[in-house]
Amino acid sequence: MKRKLLSIVMASAMTLSLVACGGSSTNTATETASTEEKTEAPAAEEKTEEPAAEEKTEEPAAEDTTASSGKLIKVGIINNDPNESGYRTANDADLKARFTEENGYDASFAYSLKNDEQIAAAQTFIQDEVDYLLLSAADTAGWDSVLKDAQDAGIKVILFDRTIDADESLYEASIVSDMAKEGQTAVDWLAGQNLEQVNVIHLQGVMGSAAQQGRSGALNDKVAAEDNWNIVTQQTAEWNAENAQQIVQSVIDAGTKFNVIYAENDDMAKGAVAALDKANISHGVGKDVIVMGFDCNKWALEELLAQNWNYDGQCNPFQSSYIDEIIKTLESGGTLSEKTIIMDEKGFDAETITQEDVDNYGI
Amino acid sequence: MNDNRVLEMRGINKSFPGVKALQNVDFSLNKGEIHALMGENGAGKSTLIKVLTGVYTKDAGTITMSDAGEVQIHSPQDAQKCGISTVYQEITLCPNLTVAENMYIGRGEGKITNWKKMNEDAEKLLKSLEIPAKATQQLANCSIAVQQMVAIARAVDMDCKVLILDEPTSSLDEQEVEKLFGLMRDLKNRGVGIIFVTHFLDQVYEVCDKITVLRDGQLVGEYEIKELPRVKLVAKMLGKEMDDLSDIKGEGGTYEGKDADEKVFEASELQSNAGIKPFDFYIKKGEVNGFTGLLGSGRSECVRAIFGADRVIKGKVKMHGKEVNISKPLDAMKNGIAYLPEDRKVDGIIGDLSVRENIILALQVLKGFFKPFSKAEANAFADEYIKKLNIKTASADTPIKSLSGGNQQKVILARWLLMHPEYLILDEPTRGIDVGTKVDIQKLVLELAKEGMSVTFISSETDEMLRTCSRLVVMRDRKVVGELSGDDLTQNKIMSTIAGESSV
Amino acid sequence: MSKQINNNESFLKRLVGNQLFIPLIALILLAVINLINDPGFFKITLGTNNAGYPVFSGYLITILDYGSELGILAIGMTLVTAASGGQDISVGATIAIAGSAMLRILCGGTSRPTEIQAPIIVAFLVACVVGMLCGAFNGILVAVFKIQPMIATLILFTAGRSIAAWINNNELPIVPDPKFAYFGGFIPGIPIPTTVFIVIACIIVIALVLKFTNLGLYTQAVGINENSSRLNGINPTFIKFLTFVILGLCVAVAALIKVSRLSTINYSVIAKDIEMDAILAVALGGNALSGGKFNMWASILGAYVIQFLTTTLYKFNVSSDALAAYKAVVVILLVVFSAPKVREQMGQLGKKLGSSKKGVA
Repeated sequence: MKRKLLSIVMASAMTLSLVACGGSSTNTATETASTEEKTEAPAAEEKTEEPAAEEKTEEPAAEDTTASSGKLIKVGIINNDPNESGYRTANDADLKARFTEENGYDASFAYSLKNDEQIAAAQTFIQDEVDYLLLSAADTAGWDSVLKDAQDAGIKVILFDRTIDADESLYEASIVSDMAKEGQTAVDWLAGQNLEQVNVIHLQGVMGSAAQQGRSGALNDKVAAEDNWNIVTQQTAEWNAENAQQIVQSVIDAGTKFNVIYAENDDMAKGAVAALDKANISHGVGKDVIVMGFDCNKWALEELLAQNWNYDGQCNPFQSSYIDEIIKTLESGGTLSEKTIIMDEKGFDAETITQEDVDNYGI
Repeated sequence: MNDNRVLEMRGINKSFPGVKALQNVDFSLNKGEIHALMGENGAGKSTLIKVLTGVYTKDAGTITMSDAGEVQIHSPQDAQKCGISTVYQEITLCPNLTVAENMYIGRGEGKITNWKKMNEDAEKLLKSLEIPAKATQQLANCSIAVQQMVAIARAVDMDCKVLILDEPTSSLDEQEVEKLFGLMRDLKNRGVGIIFVTHFLDQVYEVCDKITVLRDGQLVGEYEIKELPRVKLVAKMLGKEMDDLSDIKGEGGTYEGKDADEKVFEASELQSNAGIKPFDFYIKKGEVNGFTGLLGSGRSECVRAIFGADRVIKGKVKMHGKEVNISKPLDAMKNGIAYLPEDRKVDGIIGDLSVRENIILALQVLKGFFKPFSKAEANAFADEYIKKLNIKTASADTPIKSLSGGNQQKVILARWLLMHPEYLILDEPTRGIDVGTKVDIQKLVLELAKEGMSVTFISSETDEMLRTCSRLVVMRDRKVVGELSGDDLTQNKIMSTIAGESSV
Repeated sequence: MSKQINNNESFLKRLVGNQLFIPLIALILLAVINLINDPGFFKITLGTNNAGYPVFSGYLITILDYGSELGILAIGMTLVTAASGGQDISVGATIAIAGSAMLRILCGGTSRPTEIQAPIIVAFLVACVVGMLCGAFNGILVAVFKIQPMIATLILFTAGRSIAAWINNNELPIVPDPKFAYFGGFIPGIPIPTTVFIVIACIIVIALVLKFTNLGLYTQAVGINENSSRLNGINPTFIKFLTFVILGLCVAVAALIKVSRLSTINYSVIAKDIEMDAILAVALGGNALSGGKFNMWASILGAYVIQFLTTTLYKFNVSSDALAAYKAVVVILLVVFSAPKVREQMGQLGKKLGSSKKGVA
């Protein structure tokens, strides 16, 4: 019995130490920004060094708060696991760089890909009496009661990146990407290439996710409307490069003709390209197959710059400046003109992209 | 059908690939009768029982019950419905459930169990059978003997007409056996027919009314107990006339080398973590000695300590007068000590591996991880010992678990003999084994000793110890209480030493 | 004449009894389905890749290529299963760790190096050490602390991908050297995927190990009866530990292929769910998941059966998130067919067929 107990203690101790090694990636662990800053040092530094797209708001705003109140604004930030994707990593790094003590914030972070764990974290933040609750919900449902609690406690809620199914009165603002618009921009770009036949391999993300629905929707509509647009294969590769590679490989093995890869994220586009390379199918600007990706990973934009890919659609992870602005407005007693704020998002063409774009928009 | 009959089996046939396990076997059982089913291992006893209990489906023949006429038994449930209950040698209960749950499990027939009533009923039954267990106690916490009795209680409570006891006494000590016999007689008076399978001849003559003998899957005959003296029974089982079994000692003589007085192994103040008191012990070259005492007196723990099977916490060990360190079985093996463990199934056989692999295992381990035997070598070893020990197996490739108990034991014995040990420890080598093999093993022990091997022999059957050993270490309550040799080696002397009386 | 039939009968019986029977039947079944549907499935063509070197392509090549990681993992998983009677569910996560370590060495901690910072062999050896350390960690929990393998490996299963991300500071480095891509692709001039050679090398190594050491005997003995094994001088703790370390080595090799395929890694999805496929491969090979006797070749064959199924399903345009459902069907069939009762019936069916043939003859 003793031995068993010992083993359990050992095991849990090891788990803990392991998780601690994981550092920033700890699921649901709430950490204060200051300690976080230490473990995250290299990554965060790199991010701050980069000339962020919304640089102009940063400096004056920061001085403003620290000078006027001298008191830190307490924010609780609930996000998804930063390891989920490059997008999320950039998103998390951006938030951490923004909500620092120098900028007048006392920020705590909680991460989880599970709704119930996120809700539990929200309750903890409410008990800690934060001033603002920033939320990127894992799931759209189930948030009503906890947000009501927050409201009762006088805590203002700002949603970022993802919306939820709750009454609008429960939150101050929602900063989101318009996935459908991203898809539409991409499809418009493709239409602008004026191909005779458009035979698409459509690599979808995890089915049912907002990004998948938005990005698939525009393409599906267009294919239904145009006679010369065909979908060769429409498959979910679940955001996964390996799956994408196998799906494209399967199409190549079958000998079916295609001239466009429409991948709903960069990873899947990369997997597809790996399969093309193996089969000696040329791709990129002026080549046999047009490669399209999303999310604007830095490495993906570099592929564009090298003209190996043709198009990459942005999904802007830099919401922190928008959030910062909203908090400033609310703190100074102002009101918001709109509840839902849609971020600017671009689409990059391999023929026009510059090194500057890669540096500014790569994540 | 005779009015008194409760069960009749006629012309039962059952064959397995390559073996005719039962050929045209008849068997009948009367009400209120204790009927022994005898035969060597592999004679077909187990197969017949398994046909009767629905574990196997018979190829031909009829089974008739007094009240139901001819019945078809395709599963243990069918057998139970016919009123046939079985208690096996190996406990087939669930150790993680309580005693009461074990007694009533699987009998609810879908009804919701009334836990309180169940526990009360169980308590009552346990009390009436004088079984020292609580209904709510977890079964695993009971001794093996009590577990066995719970299994019987379960069978008895199912209003059985036929109760099959398959080697129920092999893990019980004498008092417990007596209690079991009391229980059996009680059931007999209530009109239950009991089929009793055992290897203990004494027990057969103590409780049984009739004996049916099987040999090589065929019926030898059915006899009234009074008409069949022991020697004849053994002869029937073996299929040949034989001298009295007790006459093997002295046949071979003893080891007469110059170094006969050398102490091959010597331990002082040896103690393991298995709860025995420190003990001193030695064995000379070519000597056969033994540990005796009641079940649980610590005799097995002593030899396990010698072999390093339990963690040794204290004591010095010498081989040929030179101090050695034995902290794990491999150390002992390297020093030429071999140990045949008490529980063949748990500690001995590696069930799914072939007879060949089981035979070569110990020597192979001794030879080293990076030096496996070639196929030819392994085959040669296996064939040699299969022949030498007369192991009955279809081939060397047969998994050991499909052999009968006695043959499994021979394989384990072969494993250790192949190692050519200087010192061989045999812990209950004859338990659950047929008479023929028992004699074989006893003879083998004496032969080996004559050739200079030192052997420590442990057995629950005192007469077996008396036949083979020249010196006995007596144990009581986990410590050594005496040593007997020469003229002191008598049944009475052993009993009195075990019991702690000063002298007889 | 009748003797001949008898021979056939016993051959059939032996076949049904053989462990390779189930994976072989599954393989043949899949092949036949594909043959009926489209004979072109089996076509292999010699083309050139983008670098201008000759390469074979076709579904069969795809199966051999993509089944490699699974085949290699099946080797280690079989041993772990045999010795510990449980499975390691952390292999996917440890592939992420080993792969991440490899990238860290190759890229020297920067995300976009212009050339590799260390020889590939050094990076691979580091990955091997890391893989074996992960295996050793699992092995200690299982062998020394007697924690159930599934529970013990749950730790790395949960934490592994985070550790992988931490090793590279959450960066996703890309290996700049095209030579690194050879391991998951083709070596210039050789038209057969490199992965096939890697698997063959692994199979040769494990065959030699099984022939020239007692690993097979010891792991089986420990898996079947730990008590007896100990009393025969085997150290069960060490054997269990050893199998986990060997699996760790297999993981490192699989990680090399995985990372090489794309020259980079995505910590959260690399080798996702591969542990379940590896376990399925062992089961498909007719090995008891409760440990004991094993047949290594049946497991490896099982791995390729799974890849055959995956490739077939992709060909039929089955959406990849539905693959799991089809694998579940395979599991069900597997459980049914490996049940002793069903096997017995099949054997009897074979007998009947044989005797009816005899009647006709």
